[in-house]
Amino acid sequence: MSTLHTRDLIINVPNRADGFPLNISIESGQVWGVLGPNGAGKTTLLHTLAGLLPARSGQVLLNHTPLTDLKRRDIARQLGLVFQERQDSFPATVLETAMIGRHPWLSPWQSEQAADVQRAQHALAAMDVDHLSERLLSTLSGGERQRVAIATLITQNPEIWLLDEPTNHLDLHHQVKVMRLLKNQAALNKTVFMCLHDLNLAARWCSHVLLLYTNGDACWGPANVMLKPCALEQLYKQKLITVEVDGAPVFVPVCCD
Amino acid sequence: MIRSLLVLSLIALLAMVLALAIGSVTISPSELWAVLQNQGSVLHQTLVWDLRLPRTLAAFATGGLLAVAGALMQVLLRNPLADPYVLGLSGGAAVGALLAMLAGMGALIISGSAFTGAMLATLLVFGLAHGTGSWTASRLLLTGVVVAAGWGAVITLMLALTPSYKLPGMLYWLMGDVSYARTPWPALVVLALAVVVIMPLARNLNVLARGSMQAAALGVSVRPLEWTIYLLASLLTATAVTTAGSIGFVGLIVPHMLRLVLGNDQRIILPASALAGGTLLVLADTLARTVIAPEQLPVGVITALLGVPTFLYLLHRSR
Repeated sequence: MSTLHTRDLIINVPNRADGFPLNISIESGQVWGVLGPNGAGKTTLLHTLAGLLPARSGQVLLNHTPLTDLKRRDIARQLGLVFQERQDSFPATVLETAMIGRHPWLSPWQSEQAADVQRAQHALAAMDVDHLSERLLSTLSGGERQRVAIATLITQNPEIWLLDEPTNHLDLHHQVKVMRLLKNQAALNKTVFMCLHDLNLAARWCSHVLLLYTNGDACWGPANVMLKPCALEQLYKQKLITVEVDGAPVFVPVCCD
Repeated sequence: MIRSLLVLSLIALLAMVLALAIGSVTISPSELWAVLQNQGSVLHQTLVWDLRLPRTLAAFATGGLLAVAGALMQVLLRNPLADPYVLGLSGGAAVGALLAMLAGMGALIISGSAFTGAMLATLLVFGLAHGTGSWTASRLLLTGVVVAAGWGAVITLMLALTPSYKLPGMLYWLMGDVSYARTPWPALVVLALAVVVIMPLARNLNVLARGSMQAAALGVSVRPLEWTIYLLASLLTATAVTTAGSIGFVGLIVPHMLRLVLGNDQRIILPASALAGGTLLVLADTLARTVIAPEQLPVGVITALLGVPTFLYLLHRSR
C-alpha cells in the first residue's frame, strides 16, 4: 500500500508559465490516466513524479515523505516507471533486460537467485514474449519491445506503477491485455498512473483522470466526472461525437469542422 | 559463469607458457618447468626470468587494461563501437609521449608524459562534452571523436617537423610495442585493483546499459557511477599506453567478441575482458617477436591484422 501526493507541484516545462499547481492524491487501488495534447507536459509530469526531474516548485511525497529526502534505491523499491523513449540499441537479450527489474532488490554483491529468474520469466510470459527470451532486444518489433519494457516493470514489482503511454505500438489484443493487467494490479492494492493518448482506453479502464492543458492548466477527478465531451473538445481543440458502447463512452473525432 | 572464467584463465596460462617457450631459443616444456623451479641452464634462466617473463606479463597486463577500458567505455556510451582510442585518450597520450621524445627525454619522462597526456585528454573531452550541463552519451562520443581527430593532426604535424633520425622510435611507439615496457608490475597492479573495484558495480552497469534514465528509475546513482567509469577507464588506458605505447583494436574487439560468446552480463564480461584481452596481447606479442625473427614487428600491427578480420567475421556471423 503506497500513495503518491503532490503538494503545490508545478512541473518544469521550459518556456511555460507556471499554470495551475497540482495537489493530487494518488491512492492505492486507483488507476489514473493523464490526458492532454502533445507537448502538454505529460511525460515531464511522470518523470517529476518519479523523482527523475526536479520540479519548478512544490513537492512530490511518497508515503508522506518528500522524494528529495529519499535514496534512489529506496524509491525504486516503491515506484517503477515504463518510459516512452528507451535505449534498446546496446546489446542485451530479452531475459537479461527483464532481469534488471530485480536490481533495486539486490545488494551489490548479491546475484539473482532462481526465484528472481522465475519472476522475470513469469513476467515475460504474462506479456507473451517468453518465447523471445534469448533474442537480442534490438531484433524485436516495436510492440514486442514495449511488452518487454512492461514485463521489466512487472519483474520490478513496485507498489506504484508509472507508465508513459503503455499501449504504444501494441496491437488491439495486447492493448486490452496490458490494461487488464494494470486494472488487476490496482485490484491488488497497487497504484497505477499512466499517460494515455487513447480517450477510449481511459474511459474504459481508468478510475481517475487528469487533464493537462498546453498552457499548464490542469483539472482532475473521477473518470466519469472528468470525461465530458465539452472538456475533452476544449482539451484537444477537436470536435467529438460520443456514443455509449458496452457500458463505457466512446469518443470519435469529427472529421470535418 | 565461473566455468567460462576458468576456461579463459586456462587459455591465458597456456598462452603465457607458449610465450615463455618460443623465441630466438626454444625452451621445451620440461626445461621451462626446471627454470620455473630455479634450475636449468643459466641461458634459460636469464631468458625466462629477465626477458620473456617480464615482457609476457607486461603484454598480458596491457591487453587486459585495454580490454576492460573498452568494455567500460562501451557501457558508458551505450555504444558497442566505443573504445579508449575512439575517444581520443590514446591520442592525448601519444602527443605527450612524442613531445618528450622530441625533447630527447629518457624513458621515465616519456612514460610520465604519456600518462599526463592521456589524463589531460580525458579532462578535455569530459569538460567539453559537459559544456553547459547537458551531458549525454552521444555528445560525449562526438566530442571524443572530434578531439581524437585533433590529436591525429597534432601527431602528423609533429612527425612532419621531426628530424628523420628520431622518426623510427616515434613510429614504433605510435604503433605500440611491448618491448618498451620496463616493468610489468604497475600495469598488473592497476589491472587487479580495477577488477576488484568494478565487480561490485558490474550489475549497476547492466542497468546503465539500458540508458541513464532507466538506470535512475531502477535505483542507480547515475552521475557518480558515470564519473567512476569514465575516470577508471581513463586511468586504465593511460596505464596501458604508458606501458606499451598505443595499441589499437584490443579495447574494441575483445569485449565485443566476448559478448557474442558469453552474453551481456557485465559481471562476466569485465573479468573475462581482463583475461581474454591479456591472452590476445600475449599471443600477438609472441607472434610479433618471432614471425620475422630476428627482426621484431610492433605488436599493434599484429593486433590490427588479426583483429580486423576476426571482428568482421564475427559481426557477419552474428544474429
